Parts: sequence; C-alpha cells; structure tokens
Amino acid sequence: MVKQITSWLSVGLISAAALTACDTQTSEQQQASETEEINPRGEILALSCASCHGTDGKSVGIMPGFYGKSASYLKSALMEFKNDERYSTVMGRHAKGYTDEEIELIAEYFGGLSQQNSK
Amino acid sequence: MSQKFTRREFSKLVIAGAAGSTLGVFGGVRPAFANQKHVVVIGGGFGGASAAKYIRKLDSSISVTLVEPATTFYTCPFSNWVMGGLKEMKDIAQTYDVLKSAYGIEVVHDEAVEIDAANHSVKLKGGGELKYDRLVVSPGIDFNYDAVEGYSEELANTVMPHAYKAGPQTELLTKQIQEMKDGDNVIICPPGNPFRCPPGPYERTSLIAHYLKENKPNSKVIVLDSKEKFSKQGLFTKGWGRLYGDVIDWRAASKGGKVLSVDAETMTVNTSAGPVKGGVINVIPPQRAGKIAFAAGLTNETGWCPVNPITFESTIHPGIHVIGDACIAGAMPKSGFAASSQGKVTAASIVRLLQGKVPAPPSLVNTCYSLVGPGYGISVAAVYKLTSDGIVKIKDSGGLTPMDADDDQLSEEATYARGWYNNIAQDIWG
Repeated sequence: MVKQITSWLSVGLISAAALTACDTQTSEQQQASETEEINPRGEILALSCASCHGTDGKSVGIMPGFYGKSASYLKSALMEFKNDERYSTVMGRHAKGYTDEEIELIAEYFGGLSQQNSK
Repeated sequence: MSQKFTRREFSKLVIAGAAGSTLGVFGGVRPAFANQKHVVVIGGGFGGASAAKYIRKLDSSISVTLVEPATTFYTCPFSNWVMGGLKEMKDIAQTYDVLKSAYGIEVVHDEAVEIDAANHSVKLKGGGELKYDRLVVSPGIDFNYDAVEGYSEELANTVMPHAYKAGPQTELLTKQIQEMKDGDNVIICPPGNPFRCPPGPYERTSLIAHYLKENKPNSKVIVLDSKEKFSKQGLFTKGWGRLYGDVIDWRAASKGGKVLSVDAETMTVNTSAGPVKGGVINVIPPQRAGKIAFAAGLTNETGWCPVNPITFESTIHPGIHVIGDACIAGAMPKSGFAASSQGKVTAASIVRLLQGKVPAPPSLVNTCYSLVGPGYGISVAAVYKLTSDGIVKIKDSGGLTPMDADDDQLSEEATYARGWYNNIAQDIWG
C-alpha cells in the first residue's frame, strides 16, 4: 500500500512536471504566482467549511457565517469545539477530525481572506 | 508601490482585458485566447457545479465550460421533503444563472455522448465538440433496471417511479401517494450497497409515514429491503417508534424483504416470503456510474470509476477527473455533500496542475442530515484524509447524532438541516 501511495504521488508530480515543461506562462503570470499568499494546504482544508457555512464563510442559512472574523477568534472557537468546551450539534464531530495545526491553517485562511479583500 | 500583482488581481486583469471573448467557445472548439487553459466539466449537479465554480474562483484565468442538459436542476436532497408535503418542487430547483453571470462559466445545455481521451475532446449530442486541457466528469448514477425482474425504465417513468433522480418522478411519486386510497400501503424497495445517498430511502420512509399519519391514517409504509441493516438505523428506528408507532414496517432481506420480482398489472412485489400488494410501489434499483462514464471507458468491473485519491484523476484515462457518485472514493459515501467536497478538492488540484504546481493533499468532508419528522432531525458526519489505505475516515472525527439526544437537540438538527440546504445550494449554484 505504501507503494500505491507513492505511485499516486508520483502521478501527481509527473503531471505537474509535464505541464511545467510545456508551460506557456507569461512573465506576468510567473510574477503573480511568486506573490501568491494563500497556503494551498490551508485552502484545501478550508474549502470544506463553505458547504455548511456558505462560500468564503458568508452564510445565507441559520449556520453562523464567519467571514470577517479574525484568525485568532476562529482558532479559539474551533479548538473549543474540538475539546467539547463549546456546545454544538455537529461542529464538535467535525473539529475532532483536524489536528491543532490544521485548525490553525483553516483559521488563518478565513482570517486572511477577509483581510485581503478589505485592503 | 509594488508593480507586482497578486494572482487574484492578475486574473481579474486577464478577464477584463479579454472582455468576454475568452469565455466563449470559439467555433465550438477552443477558447480564442491561445494560452488560456480550458477545463470542461460534464454534469451540473453537486459535484460538477462545485468543481466548475471553484476552478473559476481559485483561478479566473482558467476558462470553464459546464455541460449539463437541464436548464433547471432538481436536487435529490430535500426531494423526500416534497413527498412528505414539507417542500414544493420549486424549493429544490437550482439554475445556472449565477455560475454564468458571476463566475463567467460557459454553460452548454447539451448532453456529452462521447469522450476522446487521446485527443482531449468531448462530443455533444447536439453535434458540437469541446476541446479541453483537463476534463471533469461528474455524471451521477445510472440504474440497473434489469436487476429487478419485471421492472423497466418505462415502468419507472409511468407506474412504479424510483424517484431517485429528482424531477418528474419525484412529482409522480408524490401525486401517487396523495391520490392513494386510505388503507392502501406504500411499498419502498431500497437496493443493496453501494448506492446513492445511503440514508435516502429511510428519510423517504419517514416523511411518507408523516404524510400518511396526517392524511391517510389507515395506510402504512412497508419497506422491503435488500439489506440486513442500513444507514443511521438505530436513530431512524427509535424515531419511527416515537413518531409513527406501527405505521412503518421495515423488513430485512432475510426476513422477507428480499425483492424477487415486481408485477405492475397487479401492483405486487414478490419477495422470498411471498407477494406483497401496494397502492404505491417505489422501486429503487441497483445503480452504477452514469452513462458517459461507461461510454468513455472510465469504469472498472464494479461499474464505478477508479481514481487517484489526491486529484480524482482517472487511473484509466489521464487528464480526466471523475467525481461524485460515479467515482470510487474509499470510505466516502455517495452523497451530494461528498460530491461537492470532491468537486472542490478536484478544482484546487486542477488549478495547481494547470499552474505547473503539485496539488495539496486532499481533505474531504461529508455531512448528511435526515429528517425523521418535521421537527426531528438526525445527522451523520465525517472528515476524511488520504492514507496508505486510500481515503479513510479520520479516527475520532464525525459520527452520528447521539442516541440519547433530547428533543431540543433533535429539533435543532432539523433546523440545521434546512440551513444546510440553503448554504450548500448557495455554495454550489449561488
């Protein structure tokens, strides 16, 4: 199975390398990617949240929206859910699925999102 | 002041400069802007629409064409609520207007009938052809009608609806239940595993029982199951006892539930324990990946599509990503939420790949709410990650509504189920 995961990873890498080799990026595009601020790991973790809390955390339903909340607020709220220190129906079950480091990445992603847009 | 642009700002400039021309499909073949990367997405449901929206959101320099026959998409989630009289069809109708206007997605209302993996092109029923740099296939399910003797697609459309793709059959089944004589029974026949939305037939059972209790007090719901157990069974069974008494009669496969054949003339389901007559018969046949997945050779011997769990790229045809019910996604169930989660992971992966970067490891989630009664909700949730065993549920994450949840919690879950629908619909189509 370790072999299997290595082959999945290498398929990803080969595709990426192949694309880089025949890349047609302009210099502006290269410049743009150099200044990229979004952590891809944080992004992929955070995209899950939008299904129940709205795109970018802008909720249109009864679930609380968290767009505009700071990273430190989000981190402490998620840690409380994880440690059963804050009442929830389902959030505790979700928060337990993430390491403390992942919770920090999620909090930073959403905290950074609203900060970036307000610049 | 820095001369550099962030990726987002630069993408905006590219789009503004191209002024729409890049978004059209030039000559039905390729975007006019030669360097622009182009992704085609087949299927505008939970998986496909999520992938399309999030590719554009994460990198608006990539053009996206979404191929979906329907101009209005009716969601399977909440279609059981229509049968129970709690929602109307218009409440589960989604359109592509926002994806077109706010996200610049080219939506082609046509059907993909052929994929040429070697030449990176998709043929449409209407005669058009679309070229792609990467293709996302999110075709949902197709039904194996032959697996139930006496059943057919024609019967499903006229007499015994499966109503397991929301739309005209949802309306037909709802109408049949409303017009059924008080004292007749509704029979539901759920399939064996794996199938779309594991708790779906049991939420349906609950909400039809709710309708019957209010409107046809002498009628029952008889569930003839091809399985010995089912999703959220303990919670459903407890709720059924509390809310509906003996209105619901669930029979396991080994206790007379196994369906052998159906007879539309006499409205009978023949089981291992003998015939059962129904006023309304809802047969949910066994399933497989949607038609185009078979046509394109994306399926294996299971009838579903094997994929690389990091990017959801087909392990059979490179450059084609298969998501949603059609793909084999380890421990994840075949649900709308799972499809959307996979759609976003795939979007992020495709963006990274087209930028010449390595995709981030996937993080996937599922949350399924079911309504046992109008104010009685239950849920199952999980967070998934990639390990050497493929996509697995993270230990300690997720789980079910507690069996000892009090009425306040069950009522809250019902409220959150409604909020869930509002937000996931907005996150995908809004």
